[in-house]
Amino acid sequence: MAFLTDRKRASGMGSAKTGTEHHWQMMVSSVALLILIPLFMFTFGSILGSSYDEVLAYYQRPFPAVVAILTMLVGFFHFRGGVQTLIEDYVHGLARKLAIIGMICLSYGAAAFAVFAIVTIAL
Amino acid sequence: MVQLTLPKNSRMTTGKTWPKPEGATNLRKVQIYRWNPDDGKNPQLDTYFVDMDTCGPMVLDALIKIKNEIDPTLTFRRSCREGICGSCAMNIDGINTLACIYGMDEIKGDVKIYPLPHMPVIKDLIPDLTHFYAQHASIMPWLETKTNRPAKEWKQSIEDRKKLDGLYECVMCASCSTSCPSYWWNGDRYLGPAALLHAYRWIIDSRDEATGERLDQLEDPFKLYRCHTIMNCAKTCPKGLNPAKAIAHIKKMMVERVV
Repeated sequence: MAFLTDRKRASGMGSAKTGTEHHWQMMVSSVALLILIPLFMFTFGSILGSSYDEVLAYYQRPFPAVVAILTMLVGFFHFRGGVQTLIEDYVHGLARKLAIIGMICLSYGAAAFAVFAIVTIAL
Repeated sequence: MVQLTLPKNSRMTTGKTWPKPEGATNLRKVQIYRWNPDDGKNPQLDTYFVDMDTCGPMVLDALIKIKNEIDPTLTFRRSCREGICGSCAMNIDGINTLACIYGMDEIKGDVKIYPLPHMPVIKDLIPDLTHFYAQHASIMPWLETKTNRPAKEWKQSIEDRKKLDGLYECVMCASCSTSCPSYWWNGDRYLGPAALLHAYRWIIDSRDEATGERLDQLEDPFKLYRCHTIMNCAKTCPKGLNPAKAIAHIKKMMVERVV
């Protein structure tokens, strides 16, 4: 029990002076994905069902490879921001911090593997 | 973690069914959340029957009739009876609204009345709004100026005054904030739609000179950015206001300061 005034509880530790950057980054990455996802679907879809060699040759061209890399990078960046918000909404205390760290590792790890795979095919 | 089920001592039980009034032909069944902090029991849903031939048209009329004629222990807030004071906000038929301006004829079937959701209950239909009011106070809901006070008055153009329409009408009934899932889960830190609507009302006021300080105070992942545009606030507001739009304007101003 603590004898805090109502105003003290409401004010808490004051403003973190941050949040707008995260909001802006999510807006920008959303717009980027609006362009990238259709491009990725178009390029990836056009070689679905092709042979292994045809797919390799296709992804050695710059446009499909760059679109795929950008989609993975921006997609996982957006995923990281979105899931962080989700965790902040529903998880509290130490579990919140651990979940956010775990999710960041997962997002950037998945993005790194995706880029590595595409670069390996392209080069 | 967020709590998805009610704690044991908050789970609803079946309550008392009060007898139907004799000789009445136009009856409405009204079920009301009851909880008394003094008896140690769980909350219960009491059932009343109201004779609509001798009752006013609004839900508040029915509540007053029940309190006057059936069960004087029923506890609820009310004052103006015309949607100005915001006292009688409660959850009626699944919607947070003001009992005084919500008609009984707008409800199909039985009338179910609960206190505003996800707030500590003081008794029956009375939620504890202490934190809600403190959050409102924290956004400095008054005119802040640095320039010397003018001899006569702070002037405001008709166009600038119009910007306050849709904002100043808020009666702080808490219907919006208590309908917001973000406020349910993080109400200790998230200011909620009502406080943010009031914050925007002062940010956008052409006479106010503390715009920067007000925005500084709101720039926080929890105070402001817990709003995910769920829009429950706009849907439920008994005054027809749109707090979500006000919050979106604040976010837009935040971005304008940065980019």
